[in-house]
Amino acid sequence: MLLDESGVVEVEKGVKVVPGANTIITTLDKVINWGRLSAIWPMTFGLACCAIEMMTSGSAHYDLDRFGIIFRASPRQSDVMIIAGTVSKKMAPILRRVYDQMPEPRYVIAMGSCASSGGVFNTYSTVQGGDLIVPVDVYIPGCPPRPEALMDGLLKLQDKMRKEHFRWSRFR
Amino acid sequence: MEPVQIAEKIQGQFPDAVLSTSEYAGQVSVTVKKESIVDICRFLHDDQDTQMDLLRDICGVDYLGKRDVRFEVVYHLYSIGQRHMIRLKAPVSEEDATIASVTPVWSGANCHERECFDMFGINFEGHPDLRRVLMPEDWEGHPLRKDYPLEGPGPEEEWKGFKEVLEKAERLKEFEWNR
Amino acid sequence: MEQVRKDPLPDQQELVLSMGPQHPATHGVLRLVLELEGETVKKCTPHVGYLHRGIEKLGENRTYLNAMPLTDRLDYIASMSNNVGYCVAVERLLGVEPPPRAKFIRTMTAEMSRISSHLLWLGTHALDIGAMTVFLYAFREREWLLDLLETLTGARLTVSYPRIGGVRNDVSQEFLDSLWQFTEEFPGRLLEYETLIDQNRIWLKRTKGIGVVSAEDAINLGFTGPMVRGSGIPYDVRKFAPYDAYDQVEFEVPTGTAGDTYDRYRVRMEEFRQSNKIIRQCIEKLPKGPVMTPDSPKFTLPAKESVMQEMESLIHHFVLITKGPIASPEGEIYSAIEGPKGELGFYFISDGTGNPYRMRLRSPSYVHAMSLPYLTEGSLVADVIAVIGTMDLVLGEVDR
Repeated sequence: MLLDESGVVEVEKGVKVVPGANTIITTLDKVINWGRLSAIWPMTFGLACCAIEMMTSGSAHYDLDRFGIIFRASPRQSDVMIIAGTVSKKMAPILRRVYDQMPEPRYVIAMGSCASSGGVFNTYSTVQGGDLIVPVDVYIPGCPPRPEALMDGLLKLQDKMRKEHFRWSRFR
Repeated sequence: MEPVQIAEKIQGQFPDAVLSTSEYAGQVSVTVKKESIVDICRFLHDDQDTQMDLLRDICGVDYLGKRDVRFEVVYHLYSIGQRHMIRLKAPVSEEDATIASVTPVWSGANCHERECFDMFGINFEGHPDLRRVLMPEDWEGHPLRKDYPLEGPGPEEEWKGFKEVLEKAERLKEFEWNR
Repeated sequence: MEQVRKDPLPDQQELVLSMGPQHPATHGVLRLVLELEGETVKKCTPHVGYLHRGIEKLGENRTYLNAMPLTDRLDYIASMSNNVGYCVAVERLLGVEPPPRAKFIRTMTAEMSRISSHLLWLGTHALDIGAMTVFLYAFREREWLLDLLETLTGARLTVSYPRIGGVRNDVSQEFLDSLWQFTEEFPGRLLEYETLIDQNRIWLKRTKGIGVVSAEDAINLGFTGPMVRGSGIPYDVRKFAPYDAYDQVEFEVPTGTAGDTYDRYRVRMEEFRQSNKIIRQCIEKLPKGPVMTPDSPKFTLPAKESVMQEMESLIHHFVLITKGPIASPEGEIYSAIEGPKGELGFYFISDGTGNPYRMRLRSPSYVHAMSLPYLTEGSLVADVIAVIGTMDLVLGEVDR
């Protein structure tokens, strides 16, 4: 644990602490990713039944606030868009427009079977999956998925954020 | 009043407008000519014995290939005071797909008739604002007709708005982070 | 999206506001185009159809049994009610009579879903008006009911528990014990909610006199459910045309007088207590017996033991699952139930095959939503939110 350069301790892979001196030596990737994943602010895009399960996972029994997740109604102030429910063709232009209004870095979670692939509704007016219109990061199957499944999806998104590299820099 | 008595009353008041009556599972349907639908509805609404003050539902049915007259508009009427219901059916042909609107009698007929127009293409004369309600405004085709495919007409004859969204998604893909 | 107005005249002070489909207070994807003069609404045009999934057309391509999960997703908050309504309608069409135990179980679970739907209504209505604590309290109660539904049926929200001819499986004793415990504690919790908002000055100012509908106008517009009972008309399908076990339990139908938002709120609070009473009576009076009728083998699924052992049951099971009830008579029926939002009507036309020829769903929220212009013209923007809340709209039902 102890390295030989004047008492620096490596507490985790890539994170070094100078004990007693209030200093942490690490990479910018780790710090910025940790900051982003600890405070994911989703935008409410509840369309159908999955929106009810999203509301219950945000309320008292299955609290989402303990992960730092607060639901914001405006796309300009949110990080992730949770598409909860069936996307119909009439709603598709609005979905794309709202996604375009979100600032980078932005993520999309497709919650439920209808948002992942159209679900039960293979009809004339249903888009067969939200990923035809916006790029999706995490898919959560279920009809509707339990609140625990939604939390599992959000934690997977946190894992994805943790592994990102250079997403803060101007070098793409 | 028993449902059969209501049917007889309509037949007595409008003898040449009633085409047939039928009964199934305790409910009576009266098939009437579409020209006299507003008069019959107004009579049923105002008459003291029937008092049909609640219009429950207006819907359309497509009998493609099964009957000579293709469409039928079905009215379900209920009376809260007398607790009885009746079903009126008006055949509408495909060539002349128009029928008079009953919004002067019940203003709640507005939304049902708009949906019937959207889904079947039946025009309602005298309706204050007849345009599509459930499908987008410039959608082509009437979905609940029997010759409209369930999964839609196919990717070529797709709705213009949806094609634009797909093109936009394709165009903006180069700016995505996880390409 | 169409243009509402091309060129506003330069000396007019009107603002066209599109309360768009993505909005935290419209309970789903409802779009309202409001023409405002200052803060007053001059004209309100609702645009629906952003959740249209084609359920009516999809039902024509599925057998009667396969089309039942589609009705779950109509009014997705009280999905047990929709299923019960569907099964009652198909049973009337095919001439099948469920056994008494199944009728009581269906009544009991339908009232559970009514309580859970009204709890969500209370939470979201209060949240829109500004009382945020009620939201968390109401969802706490709802979790108990959803846990019970999960024990019984396997799913929290979109159950598909009733079947044509009865219900899928029997209730267990621990389910009944826990439900009894719920009915013992629920009136106390109701008093908690009422303490929070009933005499609150802000609540009264924001709900009294808002969204007034007179009795004749309500019936003329086709309102049903608490919307018409708040104006004084005691129209309740459970009393006027009873189905299932509603004629064997005692309950009252609460009505209001003024037809405004506050009276509809009081009507729904009283309906909580009546539903509680119905559930208690159902638990006490639950008769013994099978939960699926054995008398109509051509239309109802046979029991699994006889399917494994008798040839005839195996054939019936096979045909019912793959092709549906092909021996169904030709006819049509309109059957309505009292859902939490209003009168949910099913109109079926059967042509002798296993699929329905026409499946029409008359949803109460559609009629209510399209009559928003009548209720909001001349009022303030904040009142529009209160009116949407009091109508208890569910967009799955509006758009089908």
